[in-house]
Amino acid sequence: MQNFAEELRAALLLILSGDPDMWSIVLLSLRVSLTATVVAAAIGLPLGAILAVTRFPGKQLVVVVVNALMGLPPVVVGLTVYLLLSNSGPLGVLSLLYTPTAMIVAQVLLVLPIITALTRQIISELDGEYADQLRSLGLSRMQTVPTLLWDGRFQLMTALLAGFGRAVAEVGAVLIVGGNINHVTRVMTTTIALETSKGNLALALALGVILIMIALMVNAAVAATALRAQRLSHA
Amino acid sequence: MRDHTDQLRANWAKDAAPAVPACRVDVSDLTVARDRKTLLNIPALTLNAPGPSVIIGPNGAGKSVLLRLIHGLLPATTGQIALTDPSGGGAVKQAMLFQKPVLLRRSVSGNLGFVLRQQGVPWRARRARIDELLAQGHLQTRAKQPARSLSGGEQQRLALVRALATGPDLLLLDEPTAPLDPAATREIEGLIRQISASGIKIVMVTHDLGQARRLASEVILLHRGQVQEQAPTDRFFALPRSAAAQAFLSGDLLR
Repeated sequence: MQNFAEELRAALLLILSGDPDMWSIVLLSLRVSLTATVVAAAIGLPLGAILAVTRFPGKQLVVVVVNALMGLPPVVVGLTVYLLLSNSGPLGVLSLLYTPTAMIVAQVLLVLPIITALTRQIISELDGEYADQLRSLGLSRMQTVPTLLWDGRFQLMTALLAGFGRAVAEVGAVLIVGGNINHVTRVMTTTIALETSKGNLALALALGVILIMIALMVNAAVAATALRAQRLSHA
Repeated sequence: MRDHTDQLRANWAKDAAPAVPACRVDVSDLTVARDRKTLLNIPALTLNAPGPSVIIGPNGAGKSVLLRLIHGLLPATTGQIALTDPSGGGAVKQAMLFQKPVLLRRSVSGNLGFVLRQQGVPWRARRARIDELLAQGHLQTRAKQPARSLSGGEQQRLALVRALATGPDLLLLDEPTAPLDPAATREIEGLIRQISASGIKIVMVTHDLGQARRLASEVILLHRGQVQEQAPTDRFFALPRSAAAQAFLSGDLLR
């Protein structure tokens, strides 16, 4: 432990030196998690909004299930995607196991419930305020969905950032379906786990620092979004 | 601002004799019950005065319920509400203004453009119509501002011209000036007179007896879900016939 200061110094030097191997890991992490967030948003935003404005038997059950899925254990998602994509699995012919695409699929499954559930909450609340007015203006329930999504844009941005934060910090699912292969599927979190066990603390710490900075930036973006919404009286 | 108020006064005088209203409302055998409690019971009511029909009454009398029923936001338990255009101009279009304006989280122009697009107004024609509506609401200088950053009076004026953007024959107003100060109230009342004079039938709910006196062609007093009296404004305030109206005007009507 007396080496901690030394390791941290080495880690910061590694960050500042622009080590290409390290940065390729960071870029792959960002690419996988951003893609997963975009895909999950494309499905989760409309899905959450429709769940908010429609009424059907068993809706409460669906809402409870979606909310519960927010806390899905990443390793279980990883295992499920592994079983689906492995050579003997139903999607084995696609040969996607141990590719970045497999990691994206796993992260989409993790992030989708978060974005869907938060969108449902946000849009439900907005709908309570807008429903009579939009009906008065002649919109059907389904027609209100794009309007509500647009008018909830600032709050929904925080839902997307929450989803991205979850994706980029997650280790269990990408480790199982990606395999942590050097230069192919090695991302920040899996590298930290591996390098720590190997005793290469400098690289692990360097990636840890970058991961924390990304988390800070995501939170700053959330705060800035809230501030801008308030300034426009759109909160 | 001064000029504007004077102009509104001038309009008031000019608008004293409104055009033929575009619409009449016929209520028959109407009841609304919730949780075994009767909220409204109106055997027959016709609203066809040339100017605004103003509904007054104590809290909980069923005034807002009646407006929402006419607008189709609430279902009736029994009975019908028929809207007819005496000039035979097809289906009656209606719009409603809520007590607290519900403005979209967009610019002032964006709020108007949204309704015009919804109405199927082509993109090219929208710009000109938005400018007309902004002028009518005296909001030209506010066009690009976020709608929700406007003052309370400006927000209600925007909500009012936004309702006009739907091209209504019937305009329902639910206590449109309740949260506003006297100056903002006067501006809204001026707009309401202009709108009424343009031939749009106005049915409005208010708590403000002075406002009823200033705006109404006829007054309808609701109490405990029933129409106690319907009369031309002058007659209603000078010679209220029902016991309920006499009590209400002297401030003695209980819920």
